[in-house]
Amino acid sequence: MGKPAKLVGVLLLTLTCLILVLPAQADEFTPEDLERWEQEFMAVVDEGEKQFHSSQLGKNQVSCDQCHPNGANTHPETYPKFQKQLGRVIELFEMINWCIENPLEGDPLVADDPRMIALEAYIHYERRGVPLAPGKH
Amino acid sequence: MIRLNRREFLIKTGAAMAASALPINLVRTAFGATGAAEDFTFAYISDAHIQHIGGTEFVRNWDRGLIRSIHEANLLSPRPDFFFFGGDLAQLGTREEIDHGLEIMSKLRGKVHYVMGEHDYYLDLGEYWESQLGPQWYSFDHKGVHFVVLNSVLTYDDWTFNGWPAPMDRMKAMARLDNPKGSPFLVGKKQRAWLKKDLEKVNKNIPVVVCSHSPIQKIYKGWNFWTDDAEEILALLKPFRKVTVLYGHVHQIQYNQIGNISFHAVMATAWPWPYPESYAQAASHFPELTVPMNRADPFFERDATGWQFINVHTGNVDMRYQLPNNKDRTVAFDTKTGRPKDQEYQDPKNRRPPHVHY
Repeated sequence: MGKPAKLVGVLLLTLTCLILVLPAQADEFTPEDLERWEQEFMAVVDEGEKQFHSSQLGKNQVSCDQCHPNGANTHPETYPKFQKQLGRVIELFEMINWCIENPLEGDPLVADDPRMIALEAYIHYERRGVPLAPGKH
Repeated sequence: MIRLNRREFLIKTGAAMAASALPINLVRTAFGATGAAEDFTFAYISDAHIQHIGGTEFVRNWDRGLIRSIHEANLLSPRPDFFFFGGDLAQLGTREEIDHGLEIMSKLRGKVHYVMGEHDYYLDLGEYWESQLGPQWYSFDHKGVHFVVLNSVLTYDDWTFNGWPAPMDRMKAMARLDNPKGSPFLVGKKQRAWLKKDLEKVNKNIPVVVCSHSPIQKIYKGWNFWTDDAEEILALLKPFRKVTVLYGHVHQIQYNQIGNISFHAVMATAWPWPYPESYAQAASHFPELTVPMNRADPFFERDATGWQFINVHTGNVDMRYQLPNNKDRTVAFDTKTGRPKDQEYQDPKNRRPPHVHY
């Protein structure tokens, strides 16, 4: 076996080791990790539940749950969808902002406002198990 | 003017009528059981949820719903014999809300009978409401029909009387429909004893109409579409030939028939609620008979709100729902099947896409 062939052999062996070992390392998360990530998520869902039931999200004391108990009738699984009243395809946060600005007479939130993310987390969580249906009216 | 005779009421329900823009529920009852009874109509307005912001400000949207229904009800001709207000005049039971609501209601031309709602009750246990409107439960007779009004939004003493830092905490806990720490509605022992005694003196052929805030049925406990002692109340009503229960609280069209008893919900003037089936995490026992109202368009703030005329005829109640943004609906008692029937949509072939809730 010549030198170049030896080098190729060593490289191949190294690559094989990398392929076998690296992904295994990347996938090494523990039940404790899973539990923590779930807790992180649920903390945001809980914050979303607070915001959803808060009379302070808008400016007229009205809260989201007055029309949407348990987040019902919000259909998060259908976004993005064509919102006929706006004449274009929108994301869920845009409809949440519509509600904040109109029935709640408040100021809209930016899409990555922690309160908006929390509201979306709560609305999605209450809808868990329902198949995705983007575009459905 | 909204002129309706019985023929129009029952036959022309699909036709475009002057009344179609009106968010009113007209109920016509015809209870001719003794032969002496006359047809008559009354109207039903409910669930205004007048909400105080602070100072002299109230939530505009809910004010407008009640004001609109009153303007429309004032145009009814012939005049209904009287009105019902089905409860939840206020959002958090304060004097400001009850006073403001009653001031708006004072523009309604005609006698009004009031029903207690949980939003009127749980701040001071109905004290201010009672000081303005009289007893929380009562009965009266009208043209051969016996009317009973119940306070069906009581609950267990443990919940009502223990552990609240302030009365407003209790009020807000009950005002939150989806509160997992809420408590089921109850008519209660004391009122049931009163009802038993009240009904003892009534001939069993006399039609009876019961008005409550919560459904005297068990539909979905999570949102208190529920009365915990419903069976005991229905047992008291069972000996009567014709009974109708009218209720608010649910902010949607519902109807049902259990034995001799017909059930109809009335619309809210404030906002609509989803049907329980649209909450993915819980099972409900929604009446199969009901053809749902259209799914609400949030961009039209009076959509899926309304009021109703009630026609009392031959001892049964025919409901006509006045819906501002949809075609009006009539749900009338069908003497052939012995239960309420939507005059246009009852046959599954006639249902429309907006009737699908999910």
